Amino acid sequence: MRLPRARKGRMGKMAKEFSYLNMKREYSYIGKSLKRTDMLDKVTGRGKFTADLKFSNMLYGKLIRSTEAHARIIKIDTSEAEKLPGVKAIITAKDVPSIKYGLSPARYDENIFCIDKVRYYGDKIGAVCAVDEETLYKALKLIKVEYEVLPAVFTPADAAKEDAPQIFEEYPGNINTEIHLEFGDVEKAKQEAYYVRTDRLQGQRTLHGFIEPHCSIAYWEGKRVTIHSAHQSAHYLQHHIARIFDMKEGDVRVVLPYIGGGFGGKVDVSGLDIAAVALSKITGQPVKMFFDLEEVWYNGRARHGMDMKYTTGVTKEGKILFVESETILDGGAYTGLGIASAYYAGALLTVLYDFDNYRFDAYRYVTNLPPCGAQRGHGQPHPRYAFESHLDHIAEDLGIDPIEMRLINARKANTVTPNGYEVKSYYLKEANELARDASGWKDKKGKLPKGRGIGVGNGGFVTGAGYCMYRTDLPHSVAMIKVYDDGTHAVVYTNAVDIGQGSDTVLTQMAAQAMGYPYEDITICTRDTDLSTLDFGAYASRQTLMAGWAVKRAGEDVKKKILAQAAEMLKVKEDGGYRFGKLTPEELDCEEGIVFVKQEPAVNITFAEVARAYFVKHGVLIGRGYYHPGKLGGTHKGAAVGTSPAYSSATQVAEVEVDMETGLTKVVGTWDVHDSGFVVNPQLLHGQVHGAFSMGIGETIWEKVVFDEKGRVLNGNFAEYRLPTALDMPYVESLVLDTFEPNGPWGVKEVGEGATTPTLGCVANAVYDAIGVRVAELPLTPEKIWRGLKEAKEKGGK
Amino acid sequence: MAEFIVDKDGIKRYLVSITVNGNKYTKMVKANSLLVNFLREDLNLTGTKRACEQGDCGACTVLLDGKPVNSCMVLTVSVDGREVTTVEGLASNEKLDILQEKFIEHSAPQCGFCAPGILMSAKALLMKNPNPTELEVREAIAGNLCRCTGYVHYVEAILDAAAASQERKDG
Repeated sequence: MRLPRARKGRMGKMAKEFSYLNMKREYSYIGKSLKRTDMLDKVTGRGKFTADLKFSNMLYGKLIRSTEAHARIIKIDTSEAEKLPGVKAIITAKDVPSIKYGLSPARYDENIFCIDKVRYYGDKIGAVCAVDEETLYKALKLIKVEYEVLPAVFTPADAAKEDAPQIFEEYPGNINTEIHLEFGDVEKAKQEAYYVRTDRLQGQRTLHGFIEPHCSIAYWEGKRVTIHSAHQSAHYLQHHIARIFDMKEGDVRVVLPYIGGGFGGKVDVSGLDIAAVALSKITGQPVKMFFDLEEVWYNGRARHGMDMKYTTGVTKEGKILFVESETILDGGAYTGLGIASAYYAGALLTVLYDFDNYRFDAYRYVTNLPPCGAQRGHGQPHPRYAFESHLDHIAEDLGIDPIEMRLINARKANTVTPNGYEVKSYYLKEANELARDASGWKDKKGKLPKGRGIGVGNGGFVTGAGYCMYRTDLPHSVAMIKVYDDGTHAVVYTNAVDIGQGSDTVLTQMAAQAMGYPYEDITICTRDTDLSTLDFGAYASRQTLMAGWAVKRAGEDVKKKILAQAAEMLKVKEDGGYRFGKLTPEELDCEEGIVFVKQEPAVNITFAEVARAYFVKHGVLIGRGYYHPGKLGGTHKGAAVGTSPAYSSATQVAEVEVDMETGLTKVVGTWDVHDSGFVVNPQLLHGQVHGAFSMGIGETIWEKVVFDEKGRVLNGNFAEYRLPTALDMPYVESLVLDTFEPNGPWGVKEVGEGATTPTLGCVANAVYDAIGVRVAELPLTPEKIWRGLKEAKEKGGK
Repeated sequence: MAEFIVDKDGIKRYLVSITVNGNKYTKMVKANSLLVNFLREDLNLTGTKRACEQGDCGACTVLLDGKPVNSCMVLTVSVDGREVTTVEGLASNEKLDILQEKFIEHSAPQCGFCAPGILMSAKALLMKNPNPTELEVREAIAGNLCRCTGYVHYVEAILDAAAASQERKDG
């Protein structure tokens, strides 16, 4: 059988291909690296991103941002700016609805523009639009805001102090979310443990790092508004705009052009969308709202800073008996997706490792900094980093090899976690074994010279969230396929959002496979709420499984109609040796645009001919499909975060070189083994893994958002917030296990977000292996490593 | 220096003639006009992307007289009389450049926002050095930031394009 091939690397030999399930699966259009549907647009420059769009009479707008971290607004003076020729409108809180919004209904805490006070430097005070950008920037400088400055808090520790200023009335003690969950009996397990260890580690606040800053263009036609936006979900944007402006969802049309990366940073309704809608209503003209790159830092909504403490008890053999964890999150000023981030921080450890007794306590504090939210791997990479580091220490203390430690504790398929999540396919053990073999672990671990080290990290993710972000009974994905009148072309309709991960391509492949119709004769119509069909969009790594189900079912619906029609058209010759009489649809099949008799494939007819006949008889040929995950496991408070139809797992190994004089770390080799179910497009899967490594390596070694004492971002640009360049990237080997997920169409599950989750831990463990000192705070900058080495030397450590 | 006129408010506008993708454009621009905005707003060539606006990300990379520059760091008046190539000028008569072909084959871009800039940096490299090493490719695109791809398929595609051009020449 053919397997998705492992990528050949520059270094070392390609690992042996691994097949876990020996199932025969040969398909025409899936399991193959077919060309992306969007490539020509993207290599010729003709593909349009939001900022590339122009509409006649269009105005340009920007947000008015706070220049204090915590202050009462006394007066906003826009009079000078209003006098400037070319300024068309300036709006503040008094001009827009006072309704609060957010992403989790339990924590709608953000106003369109600040009403009483500002809560962080960069908070939204209003918006202005003008005929051109130059006038716009001049106008912004003329707007004067008078403040009564309040004391501000910038860390959870300060926010927790008894006399700390209160940022929100509704969050006493500045606690935004508090979680206390226990499964099994931790206290009892403590008595039984052979060895117990506690470690505390810190993860930093980071940024998504997509290159395209947010942009949003809105215009009104009668009672309807159209929004073009750089956003990850047409549906959520439509839902929230309708709610905020008290409109019917049907009166809000959302169109998403090509999106220049998202990684979770384009899920929130940014102030831009709302301001564009309000300003275009007032002016009667299209309004383009845009961020400068630095504003992307002020918009925030990226990974939370986390302080994580783990206490774990194990048997003599290394089997985990209990885990007790306490996590403190720096939430920044508002909630956004942050409540989910807090739950996610604890939800999935139980999926990774098989143990019965688990306690998770978390506190998400509000602070006077830009709000935090979701970033690739939502809530996972930091806790994975902390626990994988912790687990390495336990293994070392017991004299167990780190990978052996993981093999002992890896969850297995068809099990239920103590917090109630049903795990179907799960091959973490096999992932560890292949990563060990591919990376040459046995020849390297403990055998590398000082300054060189190897480390392992495990991770994985949900394949789509089990529940919508707001309460609804809508299906999560819906799709439609329309075949042209003469059967020569088909269009797939779905509002799945391709933010670069390649969902347009994968879903087109799935449509071709399900219909039995040529891939090259299908186009996809996506990201437009008027033209296409409901999908919740790109978050929680959900498109391939959820939109995949909808598209598969729509394709099968088309095929069913085609076979029924063909049964009336095909005739088996009497001397054909097959049988006499009329055919039934069950005796037929369709592949690659040819409908044929299964027992006698020589008797066939083209899909196009059949489709045309169907059209003549019935009108337009349409297939419909939908997907709803139904009721999933978990009954505790917060179970909705973390429950999913399918879980991916992954093991990564990193090899690093640390300069013992300067503390400079270079990652020299990385290996990823992913248990992603059936792989629809191997080339795109590997692309996800490569990008995940790049983000994860950056976050482990360089990246951190830094603020000054006034809450201003100090490194709001790509020179000082260092993303990895082509010169920083190590050798990368991406390997896949050939697995099958029963809850996924054709056995698929996720890769995109899960691939980021092991990286921080494996690189950090490799650095520890190289230098013998645990730097317990990300990022692992040369300074921290240098100080760590110096302290260890002074203490006479190893 | 280009000729200029002064409007009622005393603001100067300079007459510039710039050849972009082989076509000569004559326009009046202010002294503060940036090449990236001139291309995107005045000529509607939006393939060149604007992101960081301070020369860090490389999304706005174009060729100026054959050399790669960040067009957000170039004043339009300084380009008077010179030649600019943008991503729209890479293909000739519907025939894609070998780099574009290889980018497609390797699925090199993902979101694609950085792709035009990387294409132009790679084009400049191959014009100067038709047979680059992997390190030279990485150096050539080190000024182009990409968050999606880890650069893996980009590097492979550029090396493949170089090899294919050599073969075509030899063959």
